[in-house]
Amino acid sequence: MKTFAKLFSSLRLKSQDCGKAGRGEESLEFLYYFADVFTPLSFGLLLLGTIGGLILGATPGLSPTMAVALLIPFTFHLPATQGLILLGAAYTSTVAGGAVSAILLKIPGAPANIATTLDGHPMARQGKGAKALQLSFLASAVGGVFGVLLLIFLTPLLSEWALAFGPSHLFWLAILGVTVIGSLDSASVVKGLLSGCIGLWLATIGFDDIMGAQRFIFHPSLGGGINIIAALIGLFAIPQVITMFAKGRQDNSAEVLVVEKHSIRDAIREMMRRPKALTIGTLTGSIIGLIPGVGGQIAGLVAYDQTKKFSSEPERFGRGHSEGVIAAEAANNAMVGPSLVPLLTLSIPGSPTAAVLLGGLLIHGIFPGSDLFDNHPDVAWTFINSMLIGQVLMCIFGLYVAGLAARVAQVPQSVMAAIVLGLAVFGSYSVQSSMGDVYVMASLGVMMYFLERFGFSAAPLVLGLILGPIAEANFIQGSMIANATNGMAPYFLSGALNISLIVIVIASVAYSAWMELRSRRYTSKEEIIG
Amino acid sequence: MSMPSLPRIQHILASGVVAAVGLWVASISYTAQPSEAFLFPRMISTVFVLLALWTFFKAVLGWTKVGNGISARQLVNLAPGLAIALIYIFWAAKAVGFYTAGTAAFFILLTLYDPAPHNALKSWIKRIVITAGYLLVMYGLFAKLLKVYTPREIFF
Repeated sequence: MKTFAKLFSSLRLKSQDCGKAGRGEESLEFLYYFADVFTPLSFGLLLLGTIGGLILGATPGLSPTMAVALLIPFTFHLPATQGLILLGAAYTSTVAGGAVSAILLKIPGAPANIATTLDGHPMARQGKGAKALQLSFLASAVGGVFGVLLLIFLTPLLSEWALAFGPSHLFWLAILGVTVIGSLDSASVVKGLLSGCIGLWLATIGFDDIMGAQRFIFHPSLGGGINIIAALIGLFAIPQVITMFAKGRQDNSAEVLVVEKHSIRDAIREMMRRPKALTIGTLTGSIIGLIPGVGGQIAGLVAYDQTKKFSSEPERFGRGHSEGVIAAEAANNAMVGPSLVPLLTLSIPGSPTAAVLLGGLLIHGIFPGSDLFDNHPDVAWTFINSMLIGQVLMCIFGLYVAGLAARVAQVPQSVMAAIVLGLAVFGSYSVQSSMGDVYVMASLGVMMYFLERFGFSAAPLVLGLILGPIAEANFIQGSMIANATNGMAPYFLSGALNISLIVIVIASVAYSAWMELRSRRYTSKEEIIG
Repeated sequence: MSMPSLPRIQHILASGVVAAVGLWVASISYTAQPSEAFLFPRMISTVFVLLALWTFFKAVLGWTKVGNGISARQLVNLAPGLAIALIYIFWAAKAVGFYTAGTAAFFILLTLYDPAPHNALKSWIKRIVITAGYLLVMYGLFAKLLKVYTPREIFF
């Protein structure tokens, strides 16, 4: 570890000697901050986040988003860089950890691991559980490293482009973030958009920034507005707790399949023999990761489907074919890095977990966007580098932690619900030592559980809550400029960038509405045949 | 005319509540002063109300396709747990202290939802051990490691 630290420290010194880096060197700027990942605290947190994430990911009912949301209060007491390292490691490894329960218990740890279950569990049933786990972690690492490299090289390019954005563009970008997630992440477009509107409204509660006027403060706890961390914990953790309550006294202990011994070299050889599955999984995951709101579940399923189509043995899929596991796991981890590109460059979280990470950045006073890499290059690059190292650690530790993680996945839901409730209460209180935050967390959580039962979705609501202040600040700033120039309509509705963003907003809503109508028509046709 | 089904009534109620909140937000946004401070809320609430009314009318007409509602069984299952969680959060945490209330709530929830038999001594010992472990971990994590100061406890 010390050798790594020395190696990268010397690299940084060299770069400083050379003065300001040129364009080519700028693209390698991330190398200068590698040493920061290897300080004892950072590396320790990276290990903790990776191992903890693998175990949490394997636990059905604990989604990556919820795991990251519950971790945020702990990062509040850490420096920004280390806090983000912990969150990034947890995000990466919860996605990979979900494969353990998908393979050994036939219960996907997260929606992203649904496709892994299709071939992973049959492999485990055939006595190839260790091989399936090794392949899943190796493919996750390959996909994950590629995804983070994409994040490293795309982010500076996009953030430079983002410098051209004015208040009207940033306003439309914030609206785009809410509408894309609202329409793509929800089963109903209207309810998804309505969830986004509820989030945007919740963001306006408290004192207005410009006039100082009180807005919608119907309880003293809301005087300072809604605390984002408390809201995130409530919206993601409490509905899960109530869902576990709703199942009653259910014996959820699934049969854990015995993991036999399998040579890691054979697993590497097996993966090298399946380059098509690995390539399709990695590329599909990376591309889908860049599209806000689509998520790991879609990435895994699309990659699985495409690999099956291009495979020379499509009939073996679903019966324990290693290509199915490789493609699905490479895809769901490859999407992690690219899903952070819009967050770090444009402040637009591409996924619910990215929205939670944005909350983690904001509590440390760091605003992602065009100037993130100028103002806080140490924080941004150390965080991204830690995700790269985290992929390798996840692969190494995943194989050893898998057995333990599968046993944790068997913890009764009663214990899990009570633990998550306790963490939610203590976590939301610890941010500001305020009972008001605990009340807000609980109220939003209970509200979200009932809304979810009626087709509403937490992801657009959270994005509305997070992007609301950005949208409002830029709308007010834009309207001031507009009033001093040509008026509101020309300022907000003209110009290539404004029009492009508006077209994307309309297209994403229209596309989702069309897909919804099509799927219903398809269902009704099936019903007629049935 | 046949009676609407339970999920349909639930959908009407849920979308009705959302529409009522939307109308309330819109009424405040359009009437409160200074009006400049409510420019953005006015814009949001207009879209909010339109979408909420659309959802409400769809529910009334029985066109809602998404969301299964809550079955009577689920409601019976979740009611005691939710009641304990709410008592813990809105009253006990402040009245008797975070750790005391948290431990009591943990033990009650564990007992209520644990599939293990209630008449076996072994399962009670297991619950007590798990609860003690929970208290130790939470105290170690929040009081010792993160130094979070919680309201004074009744026992210490």
